[in-house]
Order: sequence, then C-alpha cells, then structure tokens
Amino acid sequence: MKILVCITHVPDTTSKIQFTANNTKLDTAGVQFIIGPYDDYALARAVELRDETGGTLTAVNVGEAETEPTLRKALAIGADDAIRVNSFPKDSYFVAKQLAHIAKEGSYDLILMGRESIDFNGGMVHGMVGELLGIPSFSPVMKLDVEGKRVSMAREIEGGKEYVEAQLPLVAGCQEPIAEWKIPNMRGIMSARTKPLTVVEPVSQETQAEAASFQLPAAKGSVKLIDKDQVGELVRLLKVEAKVL
Amino acid sequence: MAILVYLEQAAGKVKSTSLEAVSFAKALAQKTGEGEVVALALGTMDASELAKVGKAGASKVLYASDPRLTEGVIQAHASATAQAFKSLGAKTLVLAKSSLGDAVSARLAIKLDAALVSNVVELPDLSSGYVVKRSIYTGKAFAFTPVAKENKILAIKKNAIELSKEGVDASVESCSVSLTDVDFASKITSTERASGQILLPEADVVVSGGRGMKGPENWGMLEELASTLGAATGCSKPVSDIGWRPHHEHVGQTGVKVAPSLYVAVGISGAIQHLAGVNSSKCIVVINKDPEAPFFKAADYGIVGDAFEVIPKLTAALKAQ
Ligand SMILES: Cc1cc2nc3c(=O)[nH]c(=O)nc-3n(C[C@H](O)[C@H](O)[C@H](O)COP(=O)(O)OP(=O)(O)OC[C@H]3O[C@@H](n4cnc5c(N)ncnc54)[C@H](O)[C@@H]3O)c2cc1C
Repeated sequence: MKILVCITHVPDTTSKIQFTANNTKLDTAGVQFIIGPYDDYALARAVELRDETGGTLTAVNVGEAETEPTLRKALAIGADDAIRVNSFPKDSYFVAKQLAHIAKEGSYDLILMGRESIDFNGGMVHGMVGELLGIPSFSPVMKLDVEGKRVSMAREIEGGKEYVEAQLPLVAGCQEPIAEWKIPNMRGIMSARTKPLTVVEPVSQETQAEAASFQLPAAKGSVKLIDKDQVGELVRLLKVEAKVL
Repeated sequence: MAILVYLEQAAGKVKSTSLEAVSFAKALAQKTGEGEVVALALGTMDASELAKVGKAGASKVLYASDPRLTEGVIQAHASATAQAFKSLGAKTLVLAKSSLGDAVSARLAIKLDAALVSNVVELPDLSSGYVVKRSIYTGKAFAFTPVAKENKILAIKKNAIELSKEGVDASVESCSVSLTDVDFASKITSTERASGQILLPEADVVVSGGRGMKGPENWGMLEELASTLGAATGCSKPVSDIGWRPHHEHVGQTGVKVAPSLYVAVGISGAIQHLAGVNSSKCIVVINKDPEAPFFKAADYGIVGDAFEVIPKLTAALKAQ
C-alpha cells in the first residue's frame, strides 16, 4: 500500500496570535511552528499502517522553504520520503489542487491528513482532494483499519460516531484517538537527515477564498468574582446582567 | 433566483444549527437581492417538521425523501445537493458548519466550482465587493476573505445570526435526485449516538468538567446542574483521554468547538488549548479552587471554591428560582 500523509506547518497551540503589515500577515516573531496536531495523528496512524502492511509512506507539505524542518520531523517520526510543493499555501482550494496532483502522479492508495489545519480551521482540504480525484473522502475519522482493499472506519458525528466501510483508494481527515502521537527517537532524527525530500513547483496558481486581512477579537473585560457562599448572587447576575438564563 | 440551504437532521428533526443557516440565508438574500430561500431536506424526515423550516425564513423546502439519504453518506449527500443547486439555478449555498457539513461542502466546492468559506461569523460586507468574515486560529482571530467567484458556499459558525421565528410555514415540494451506486459505494454499517441528550455543538448552555472532578463517579452532580440549566455536558481533553467521559464530549482545540450563550467550567485549569474551543461563548463562568487558575482570565464570572461544595449549592439556587 502506498500512503500519502499531508502535513501542515502551523503555529504551536500555545502561540499568541498577532498580525503585522497592516493586519495582512501573521507576526511570526517568537512563534514556534509544529506539525498540525491533527496531522500528527494522521502521521502516527500512517506509520503504524505502513509497518503493518509493508508499504511506503510519503509526507507532503505545501509551503515555502521554512517548512522543511517540519517535514524533516515527519521523516524522523517515520515517513520514508517527503515532498514539498514550493509555495505559500494560499487557500484550501490552492492546497487541495497541489495535493490532488501529487496523489494522482504517485498513485497513492490511502491519503491521510488532519481533519483541519489549526491556523485556518477550514476542514475542507480532504473533501476537495477526494472530489478532485473522484474518490471517497471521510472526516473526522477517529479509527481506521485496512484489510486488503477494505477500509473500516469510525467517523465522529455530533453526540457519537458512525462506523463506515469503504474501499481503497480514499482520503481521510483524521483526529484522535486514531493513534497516539509519536515522538521521534534518536535513530529517527539521524535517519531523517538523509531521507529524500523533493521540492516541486505548484501545478496551478488558482485560488478561491484567499484571506486579505486579519483582525483580533475585542479584549475580554476582567472577571467578576463571587464569594463561594453567595451562589445566589451568581444566579442573579447571570439573569439580570449577562441575561443568559 | 434563490439561495439554497443544506439541512441536516437528527432523528428526523431538522437540527437547530441548520435552522440558523436558514435564517442567515434569509438575511443574506435580503442583502444581496438573491430572492427567496429554498431549503433542501435529504432522507426520511418528519414532514410536519419541514414546514417549520419556513419559520426560520425559507419559503420552500425541497424534500428528497430517498431513505438511503437518512444517514449522512457523504458522497451521496454531495451529489444530491449539487443537483438541487443546479436545477434551482442558485448561486449561493448556505449550511451550518458540522461534522457532516464540512465533509459535504468541501466536495460541493469542487462539483459546483464554488468558493467555499467556512466558519463564517456574520453576513458578508458588500460595500466593496463581497467580503466574508470568518473565525480562524481556533477563535483567536478573524480573517476577511474577498470572494470573486460567482458560485459561493458559506459554512456558518454557530451564533453567526439570531434564529428568526417570524416566518410562516414553508411549502414542501418533493424533489427527486438521481444517485448512482458510486454515490453509495461506502456504507455506514452502524451508528452510536447518545440518546435523549442535548448535542454539545448545538447546545445553548454547556457545563464542562475537568480533571478537578477527580473521577467519573462525580459526574452525577455536573449532570444534575446541566439538566437544571437545560445544558449539554462537556469535558477537558485529559478527562476523555482517561475515559471518564466519551470522546465526543471533549471540548477544545483538538475537540469540539462550542459557542453557547453560557459556558460553565468546573475544575478545568483553562489551558490555552481548552480555551480555544470555548472562546466564542457569550458568557463564561469558572468554578475552580485555585484562584491562580488561568481560566479566570478568560471568564466573565468566577467562583473560587471547591467544586464539590459549590456545584450542589448552585444547582439548588437555580432550582429555587
Ligand atoms: C496539541 C495539544 C492540544 C490540546 N487540545 C486540548 C483540547 O482540545 N482540550 C483540552 O481541554 N485540552 C487540550 N490539551 C491539553 C491542555 O493543555 C491541558 O492539559 C488540559 O486542558 C488540562 O485539563 P484540565 O483542566 O481538566 O486538568 P488540569 O490542568 O489538571 O486542571 C485541573 C483543574 O481543576 C482544579 N481543581 C482541582 N480540584 C478541584 C476541586 N475540588 N474543585 C474545583 N477545582 C478543582 C485545579 O485547580 C485545576 O485548575 C491539548 C494539549 C496539547 C499539547
């Protein structure tokens, strides 16, 4: 089985989000970039499946040169090789076009990624890639097993989950608890340095919904503390002041 | 001209978030001059429920009653919706952001050659072009997205608009869609759904517990508080990781993002990843025994105290009024 896992390069979940250039660019000063947490789940499951079925695992990212350490980390965790599509990921459609092209060229059987990126939270790249390739897509997938061509999945729905049976090839947007995050070990880190990382140029420049500018939410007022023996006062405030009861 | 709304159902009833999408579409149609709002219902549904979609702002409901569409088969839902969109001659599709909505709308964006904007928080600004405001960085910021494509899909975030109840009953028209085996190639073999509970992503009030609750045996008091408030229950990630609560209750960056009117957090420290899932709430109440807990900085109201003491008192005070 040939597995493709799509990796985003995103600010760490603890990052303070700020913008520069007249609110048109993320201020990356002091921001640490990581593999998207959902992509990290997809990668962990992909490594397990590759080890079980003895196939190959390629990691791909659409990003400029600064994303290479993130791809190297995916190699350290267990991907066999990596591809970087050399462009800023302008919007979901732009990214989906590049990924669909890579997936088609490489005839991958299983395409995994996170359910959404944690920067733009679109949650649409997996579906777009599936439709562009004319193959099924599923998300958010919390369990995925492969037996021959048959794929058994659990997909989270509001208030529960549904079990789905499908056939390869397919695309899945993953989330926990599909697998446990893997931390690269020393051997992985050493071998990642020499694993192949190919850089290719984008196949299309088309976008559909590119963000033009950004805004931070209004600052929150300070908390009103209520004595623990005055819970009735909290009820009153929720009713008359906050008007939420 | 019309705007199409993709409706989702839970046990035969239209989801409240889908009704919000209808109200959003109605206000949008008034703004853009796109005419009426037509809603699409897929799968077996309660027909009397469908007329009620009119109250939220739709003038017509297209009802594709194919029972195979009752479950959310992603490919089939995308094909059926694309057909309805084209035969209606619509240019805009509105839907609520959800597990199924995300999966279906992404495929539709390609099928309809439409610009898809997700997590939309308010009506687009038409003063220069068509600019959509959406929530990004898990609620930590907003992005303004100009859309030039003729076909548009807006996936709205909860509370993007107030649900309207002023409309009149809609006419319900049956709608036939032609679906192939390919659309149903994947099969939903079974579904597990918590029954009789308010669904977390749709809830207007949420009561969440964290590791400070000490164990699953203590959830009874949170459930009682929740039922007094008509709330859904949620939890922090470690709580679902240890298995005290089911995964679909996990709130935060890597779990469910909620946007209720009232979020009550009990024994949750308020780690930034948890806050990311609740920062769209209108009002946040924090109960924590540690006055230094970071959650207090994100709260509107707080009580510093032991949950096991405060919760029963709070439930009693709510019941008393
Ligand atoms: C990439 C990533 C993603 C993550 N995603 C999420 C996510 O989506 N959601 C999420 O929740 N977390 C997430 N986390 C984990 C997060 O960082 C925190 O570890 C987690 O939220 C802490 O959960 P908690 O508040 O229940 O537990 P703790 O941090 O242990 O806090 C327990 C709190 O309970 C209080 N307490 C104890 N006893 C009592 C009592 N008797 N009465 C009142 N208060 C009491 C304590 O003062 C403390 O503040 C993520 C972490 C990472 C790295």
